[in-house]
Amino acid sequence: MLEISLQIALLLVSIALIMSFYRLYVGPSAPDRILALDTLYVNTIGLLVIAGILLDSALFFEAALLIAVMGFVGTVALSKYLLRGDIME
Amino acid sequence: MNLLAFNLPIVVLLPFIAAAAAAYSAKFNRLAAAWVSGIATIISLALLIPAAAAIFGGETIIQNWNWLHQAGLQFAFRLDGLAMLFSFLILIIGLLVIIYARWYLAAKDSMGRFFAYLMMFMGSMLGIVMSENLIQLVVFWELTSITSFLLISYWQHRKDAREGARMALAITGAGGLALLGGVILLGHIVGSYQLSDVLASGDLIRNHELYLPTLILILLAVFTKSAQFPFHFWLPHAMAAPTPVSAYLHSATMVKAGIFLLARFFPALSGTDAWMWLVGGAGMATLLIGAYTALFKHDLKGLLAYSTISHLGLITLLFGFSSQFATVAAIFHIINHATFKASLFMVAGIIDHETGSRDMRKLNGLLKYMPHTAALAIIASLAMAGVPLLNGFLSKEMFFAEAVSFSQGNSFAWIIPVLVTIAGVFSVAYSLRFVHDVFFNGEPIDLPRTPHEPPRFMKIPVDLLVIVCLAVGILPMYTVAPILDIAVTASLQSTPPEYSLALWHGVNLPLIMSAIALGVGALVYFRRKPLIANYERHEHINAKQYFQKILAAVIRFSEWLSARFDKGSLQNAAAWTLFATLVISAYGFISFNSPLLGDRTLLPMEPVSMIAAAVIIVASILTLAWHRQRLQSLIVIGVVGLITSLVFVKFSAPDLALTQLSVEVVTIVLLLLALYFLPQTTPKETGMSRLGRDALLAIASGIGVFLFTMMVLSRDFSSISEYFLANSVPGGGGTNVVNVILVDFRGFDTLGEIIVLALAGLGIYAMLQGLHINPHSRFRINADAHPVILQTFSRLMLPLMLLVAVFIFLRGHNLPGGGFIAGLIASVALIVVYLSNGIEWTQSRLRVDMHMVIGFGLLIATTTGLAAMLVGYPFLTSAFSHIHWPVVGDFELASAIAFDLGVFLVVVGSSVISLVQLGQLSHKPENPEGV
Repeated sequence: MLEISLQIALLLVSIALIMSFYRLYVGPSAPDRILALDTLYVNTIGLLVIAGILLDSALFFEAALLIAVMGFVGTVALSKYLLRGDIME
Repeated sequence: MNLLAFNLPIVVLLPFIAAAAAAYSAKFNRLAAAWVSGIATIISLALLIPAAAAIFGGETIIQNWNWLHQAGLQFAFRLDGLAMLFSFLILIIGLLVIIYARWYLAAKDSMGRFFAYLMMFMGSMLGIVMSENLIQLVVFWELTSITSFLLISYWQHRKDAREGARMALAITGAGGLALLGGVILLGHIVGSYQLSDVLASGDLIRNHELYLPTLILILLAVFTKSAQFPFHFWLPHAMAAPTPVSAYLHSATMVKAGIFLLARFFPALSGTDAWMWLVGGAGMATLLIGAYTALFKHDLKGLLAYSTISHLGLITLLFGFSSQFATVAAIFHIINHATFKASLFMVAGIIDHETGSRDMRKLNGLLKYMPHTAALAIIASLAMAGVPLLNGFLSKEMFFAEAVSFSQGNSFAWIIPVLVTIAGVFSVAYSLRFVHDVFFNGEPIDLPRTPHEPPRFMKIPVDLLVIVCLAVGILPMYTVAPILDIAVTASLQSTPPEYSLALWHGVNLPLIMSAIALGVGALVYFRRKPLIANYERHEHINAKQYFQKILAAVIRFSEWLSARFDKGSLQNAAAWTLFATLVISAYGFISFNSPLLGDRTLLPMEPVSMIAAAVIIVASILTLAWHRQRLQSLIVIGVVGLITSLVFVKFSAPDLALTQLSVEVVTIVLLLLALYFLPQTTPKETGMSRLGRDALLAIASGIGVFLFTMMVLSRDFSSISEYFLANSVPGGGGTNVVNVILVDFRGFDTLGEIIVLALAGLGIYAMLQGLHINPHSRFRINADAHPVILQTFSRLMLPLMLLVAVFIFLRGHNLPGGGFIAGLIASVALIVVYLSNGIEWTQSRLRVDMHMVIGFGLLIATTTGLAAMLVGYPFLTSAFSHIHWPVVGDFELASAIAFDLGVFLVVVGSSVISLVQLGQLSHKPENPEGV
């Protein structure tokens, strides 16, 4: 049962991945795209966690952890760039 | 320990150490440089002497250490009679030159620099004559080219010195390249680069199809170094050097290096027609041209330069005769020429020093001003002319005898004795000119200084050399015979023929030739005025002009050629690189006919991977399509990086995935920092045709890489990774193979890499320091530079991120992670603080100098490596043991973790220092400096 639900979850997150990417493609504004990239990072965390449970491997969680602690930095930097241009003042 | 097991490399390397010491000591006392050099030379000599007994007993000492033996390179030295003779010449004449130079150099000349160059040159020469390994010999050969360049250009303010030095370097350097080629061919033929093996396989070499190219390449080296026709013209221009340098380079060392090669390779290469024609022809031409031109030079050193050329030609011609007797004569003449030519150069230097002129039209009648010097000069010149009771006579007599005996083989060869007698005539004439014009012949004509005797110590080296000339000339059997005997034996690699060093052989053809040379030579000298006038009426080939024309043409050509390929644009360079790669790989594809794909079964396709693949493909295409919108393409590049790390996770490369994720973040920050100073859009620059060409190249390369990857992946392919997987735990004490490779198996590589990283970080810092750039575009500036939410949030995240970094670092040896990834995570953590709070705020709280962090990182990494050496293991050997900690549990402690700490610190320091420096670019320079 768990197996099947995980598979379904995996598929759904993958679809979410495509949709985030679609938003990134369409835009139309820069904040839309930045948010889309951030969502992509979040989707990836989900993907990795599900895959980690499915394959019973702790290594996937590590990667997920790293994306969780660092993925937002890109978003912060991009947003700061839009706001101020100078990201390190 | 037995001194004879390791003294040779010390003899060779000591002068190099002395060079550094001399340069340093000159800071305190200018004469200290001379003392250091002299003492080092004496020590080298003393270290060589214990070996002499064995050498005179007929042994050959070889001292060999493996270096890169896979490439045929050994650290190997050889001492036999020939090497011994040359080493003694180099060291003893070197010592005399050092004494002489100490008195010769003026107060304004830098002693330290002079003696440092001289000692380096001495070491290089010793290296040539004592090398057992041929590749090592080439290295020392090149070193003599470079150090002689430095010596000749010692008076850097003089244009002629600089040009002469450059010419010498260009000619002898080209010869060095030829020698490398020749030696590699020799190694290919013989199968070994060891001299002992090469000398033992003479027949193999002479009968090999590559014999001729080998011979020509080696002879090119010989002829360029020993100033043989048509490469002789660099030598007279090298006379711009200080006279001690000329005395050393052109008597015993530099130009004799080529001759030394002839003697060394004599058993391996000589005896063929090609050898006779090439070596003999060049020798004969050089002998005649040198002797003839020398007479017409008004400059003392010019006369000596051409006379040197002519004597080198004489020796080469003797080797060209290819007989055993001729080799005896050649080596004998090497000794004699070294002694009388060194003393003559020193006399020329004394005259220049004490009168201020070297022009023989002004220098006349110096006998009464400097009688002692005159006596020395007269004896040495007569030796050069080949007058009986002096050493030059003996070897010249042997030379004439060889010319005669060689001429009996062939009906046209009668010309040889005639030609050498003509050379002898000119040799006598120019020797007489050196004596008569300078020391007799009236009074001096407006000399800059009143001539007088030089300081005593300047004459002592000349005294000693002249005594040798006399002693060898009168009592050859008791002076030169033993060393000549072993040198000839070593050169021939067999027992030398019976020869006689007696002064009197009865009246025979050689004696008559000598008499003719002396008589006619004297006649030519006293009829010199019309001859010189006639010589000067004619245009002469100015080799320097041709050399400079050729040089200019070569430079023009290479500029033209590089302008064809390198247009100073990255796109253009990339296009050429891709094109070349394509051509080479296409050749590889076509010329082998194994099946394109292997027979491994492919993995099944599953939906998630397909989706990820689709996303990465579309994202890559989008970066291309959007490349004019810079921010947009930066965002989409982020997608590419993200999916790539997913791929790494999927294919079990967690270390790569973690690294890729961290690098991704740093890259976005870096590019955004740069983008602030750049236009937001890329202008349209390329036309359709360029676009088409580039597209073609890019697509073809992409397909090529795809095919390569498929070819490898579809085959069962065993790589070196098997070894690492098997040895990671027993050899490095860690289960994370990637990390064990980084810090243990390939630790030296890693050390090199972090040094590069550290240099890059410091370099970026140094180059951007004090630079101020205005932002390129106007931004809609929001008033709030540091939003409170972001600030608070980042302060919350910092400890968490650092915790992750520590975690990843500590368990890196066994599970994915390690110093590099942890370093990246820690620097991202710090960068977040910089982003959200500003540089000033952060720096006032983070009181760590990132320079120190980099420095300590390197220090720790290196010390770990050295610690292993201290306990007797190779550099960077890791030690490890498992300990049990109360709370943490079983923990494996490897010394590699200290090394990893070094890596960590360097990564943090370099990334933070360079990013923050970039961030400061837009700030006004009055902001506090430094990180």
